[in-house]
Amino acid sequence: MTTAICSVDALAKNSGVCALLTINGQQQQVAIYYLPDTEQKVFALGNWDPLGQANVMSRGILGNVGDELVVASPLYKQHFSLISGKCLEDDVSVPVFSIAIEGQNVVLVS
Amino acid sequence: MNKLNVVVVGNGMVGHHYVETLANSNVDAKITVIGGETRPAYDRVHLSEVFDGKEPSDLAMTSREHYIELGVDAHFGDFVETIDRVAKKVITQGGQEFSYDKLVLATGSYPFIPPVAGHDQAHCLAYRTIDDLAEIKASAKGKKIGVVVGGGLLGLECANAVKNLGLEAHVVEFAPGLMGVQLDDGGSAMLRRKIEALGVKVHTSKATQLISKGSGHRLKMEFADDTELETDMIVFSAGIRPYDQLARDADLKVGERGGIEIDYQCKTSDENIFAIGECAVLGKFIYGLVAPGYRMAEAAVSQLTEEKKSFTGADMSTKLKLLGVDVGSIGDSKGIAENSRAFVFSDERDDVYKRLNVSADGKKVLGATLVGDCDDYDTILQYYLNDIDLPDNPENLILPAVEGGLPSLGVDALPMTASICSCHNVSKGDIVEAIEGGCKTVADVKGCTSAATGCGGCAALLKNVVDFELSARGIEVNTDLCEHFKHTRKELFTIVQSTQIKTFGELIDKHGDGRGCDICKPTVASIMASLWNEHVLEADLLPLQDTNDTFMANMQKDGTYSVVPRVPAGEILPNQLIALGEVANQYGLYSKITGGQRVDLFGAKMSDLPAIWSTLIDAGFETGHAYAKSLRTVKSCVGSTWCRYGVQDSVGQAIDIENRYKGLRSPHKFKMGVSGCTRECAEAQSKDVGIIATENGWNLYVCGNGGMKPRHADLFATDLDTATLIKYIDRFLMFYVRTADRLQRTSTWFESLEGGLPYLQDVIISDSLGIAAELEAQMTHVVETYQCEWKTAINDQEKLKRFKQFVNSEEQDSNVVFVEERGQVRPANQVEKKRLALKAVS
Ligand code: SRM
Ligand SMILES: Cc1cc2nc3c(=O)[nH]c(=O)nc-3n(C[C@H](O)[C@H](O)[C@H](O)COP(=O)(O)OP(=O)(O)OC[C@H]3O[C@@H](n4cnc5c(N)ncnc54)[C@H](O)[C@@H]3O)c2cc1C
Ligand code: SF4
Ligand code: FES
Repeated sequence: MTTAICSVDALAKNSGVCALLTINGQQQQVAIYYLPDTEQKVFALGNWDPLGQANVMSRGILGNVGDELVVASPLYKQHFSLISGKCLEDDVSVPVFSIAIEGQNVVLVS
Repeated sequence: MNKLNVVVVGNGMVGHHYVETLANSNVDAKITVIGGETRPAYDRVHLSEVFDGKEPSDLAMTSREHYIELGVDAHFGDFVETIDRVAKKVITQGGQEFSYDKLVLATGSYPFIPPVAGHDQAHCLAYRTIDDLAEIKASAKGKKIGVVVGGGLLGLECANAVKNLGLEAHVVEFAPGLMGVQLDDGGSAMLRRKIEALGVKVHTSKATQLISKGSGHRLKMEFADDTELETDMIVFSAGIRPYDQLARDADLKVGERGGIEIDYQCKTSDENIFAIGECAVLGKFIYGLVAPGYRMAEAAVSQLTEEKKSFTGADMSTKLKLLGVDVGSIGDSKGIAENSRAFVFSDERDDVYKRLNVSADGKKVLGATLVGDCDDYDTILQYYLNDIDLPDNPENLILPAVEGGLPSLGVDALPMTASICSCHNVSKGDIVEAIEGGCKTVADVKGCTSAATGCGGCAALLKNVVDFELSARGIEVNTDLCEHFKHTRKELFTIVQSTQIKTFGELIDKHGDGRGCDICKPTVASIMASLWNEHVLEADLLPLQDTNDTFMANMQKDGTYSVVPRVPAGEILPNQLIALGEVANQYGLYSKITGGQRVDLFGAKMSDLPAIWSTLIDAGFETGHAYAKSLRTVKSCVGSTWCRYGVQDSVGQAIDIENRYKGLRSPHKFKMGVSGCTRECAEAQSKDVGIIATENGWNLYVCGNGGMKPRHADLFATDLDTATLIKYIDRFLMFYVRTADRLQRTSTWFESLEGGLPYLQDVIISDSLGIAAELEAQMTHVVETYQCEWKTAINDQEKLKRFKQFVNSEEQDSNVVFVEERGQVRPANQVEKKRLALKAVS
């Protein structure tokens, strides 16, 4: 099943934005990253930075560490994998959500 | 057992070193020190820096408190007058008596004043102590001409000081050439040319016969050749004489030409009395440098311990900068030895003179003279000190570098005993030991061995040794920016500049690997901003920016932002203050006056930022770049407009300067200050660029810092007019922007610049790299393409896209919760948040 989130136009290329979604009956802030030159193109992680303790993950810089696609938290710069949500420096992780592009829309896949 | 009673006479550099060494040794001694000067030991070697803006207190090597901590009984401002060798006690002029078991004479020397008639009138001065400096300054005040008698090393240093005091400086020398002790005729002549080109008048072969009253100036010097010279002040620097009267009176053996005779253990003819430093003579030789004095102090202390060291002499090679001219002399610099064969290189276009003296078989260095270029000094000195065999064509050591040439001596060729730092007696072996003990950087090694913390002359060599030893141990001195670029920031800057690449994608494709990261992306964004100065939120640039640049505001711990409008120089209209208050009220912002003379509004929601800035821009504000690595503030004092002491309009100058550099992105943030007079109310000397008004213009200071590691700025140039001031700042800032590492403030950048202040002055003032015009043009480009980033952004919907809290909702972040404190908001802590959440439910 898919739920529409926003249009592709609302995304920022090679960067992140944030959406407010209801997932399993719970409100969730979801960081959405748009990397148009990758196969998967869109990635989604929880917006809550468990180390910095604030909703800021969508505002980090994207890049890679070795083979891992990552986002760096804007607060204290730890790296989180876009694929697994795992933090590379500390033993914490953020939730990963499955999203995709359907036509002109970004959708949540559940 | 009773403590050993040790009395030290003289608290100069060497006497102090003795006291410290003894106090830190395992000898159970009661130490008493009697210093003739009113202040505890200070760094005489750097005396002239007091004329460049240092305070006498900056030269202090110790303090009364420190001596108390060491348990040393110290007396200052009293001279020992008599030594009673039978009763084993000394008596001072002030009538104090001190008994000793061991007596140490460290009385140093005094300036020799030639017995010319009239030498004892007012404004005939000497140059040796801090008190002398004060007299020289007072005498020079408001006057035109100053003469230094003596064209040796100290005389020329003194001439520089006289020149810096704003006087026309003359050097009068008895001999036919300058620095006759160290330089051969060719070197001496070259030095003279260079010094005269700097405006110092040199008179050689002049014997002063009489100093009388002048007509146009205070004094008149009459010379043996019937010529005359009028002057307002005379400073004698015609050599030094050991302070040995005390020893003579006590019937200790003294040298033929003065000096207290000592043996290899630094003992005088009385076995309970030692002499060390400049008052001592060992085999007819007086060692007038600090390093040998320190070795004597250590040898003398060791006689009281199990381990007995000897002092058998020391190398007297020197490298220094006199009036900005590099001069070096090594060993037998003039080639006096019979078997000496010389290579001489002289370049009268660039005013460089070098002479290398080698043994007849061409195998060993005997000595060298260098004037105008000391780059080869370290290498030649190491060949000399370590008796290393020369390569086949030794002349290459002094010839200008040609491609593929220059047989530079690898530091690996140095034996472990090679002395790297003579001030602190640190050998290559000591450095290797420090590295094996865990030191990983030059700074670690400095901290661990004290190398390069004395005169600083060995800094470049130390770095070479450390770098070599580290890489030999596989400890890569990795200077790559990050895993994506195998370049330093400086190299990347050159690449971007020369290829004119405008996007990160193209740069990483051609010169890097992978997708980039939070280190290289902001660095490249900053480089491109310094060079091309496009808006930070252009589609290609936006993904590169740190969150602060992306939202043109500083992120706070709860994800909200702060807002800091620019208030150039702290001057603000009452209506603007009102507007700030209104904005803060309307958006519920915490307001605070910052340490940078402006106002910070905290707690702004991301989605409110555009509206807040629209209102502020309407009230006449611009962005303050508090979020960017760029110019923060130019702090100013009120200056001559209002202040009774001000000599220039510091506010006007600060506003102009803030407006000129406000858009410049740089490796790190930078700050400036402008004070209206020397009282320095704007604290300009703690800024990256500091400007202090003088009666004749502006003094420029650079590379100060007030943050994590405070650093006093260095005086860079004096009495500049505004146009020259701006020209130098343009060049300075752009040179920093080009060459610094990422997140390197000017202070740490400066510390890492090989060649230090003189090098920087050469580049900026004398344009030694030939890049000044380019630096200025680059700055002009940045100034001309300035835009208020916020003003552009609020008129461009595409740029505001990311300022929505949620792409699919108008709600706000529920985790941002404020409570009130002292009448304003602040972020709630976790406990408060829980409590508020419970309340909301109930
Ligand atoms: C607001 C202010 C404190 C205040 O309430 O007065 C402040 C606040 C911050 N300072 Fe500062 N500094 C402020 C004046 C200073 C000063 C004093 C001055 O400028 O006169 C210094 C020492 C002077 C200096 O820089 O040499 C200072 C030395 C630092 C440092 C240490 C820099 C260093 O190289 O040693 C940092 C950390 C850094 O930049 O890496 C820093 C970093 C910060 C940051 C940006 C930390 C951060 O990343 O969140 C703070 C955020 C401010 C915000 O969110 O708006 N702040 N900071 C001052 C703003 C001045 C302004 O109007 O722009
Ligand atoms: C301007 C200048 C620049 C120099 N530059 C360099 C340089 O670049 N490199 C270098 O290696 N060297 C340099 N020197 C030389 C260096 O400063 C001296 O070699 C060093 O200071 C000698 O130390 P000292 O302790 O033996 O003597 P001093 O530093 O002269 O100290 C002797 C102290 O003993 C006191 N005293 C004398 N008699 C008595 C008494 N009877 N009772 C009590 N106290 C007494 C004196 O007042 C003085 O304070 C420079 C010197 C000067 C003046
Ligand atoms: S620095 Fe000088 S001019 Fe400026 S306020 Fe202070 S005393 Fe006045
Ligand atoms: S030689 Fe003077 S500090 Fe090393």
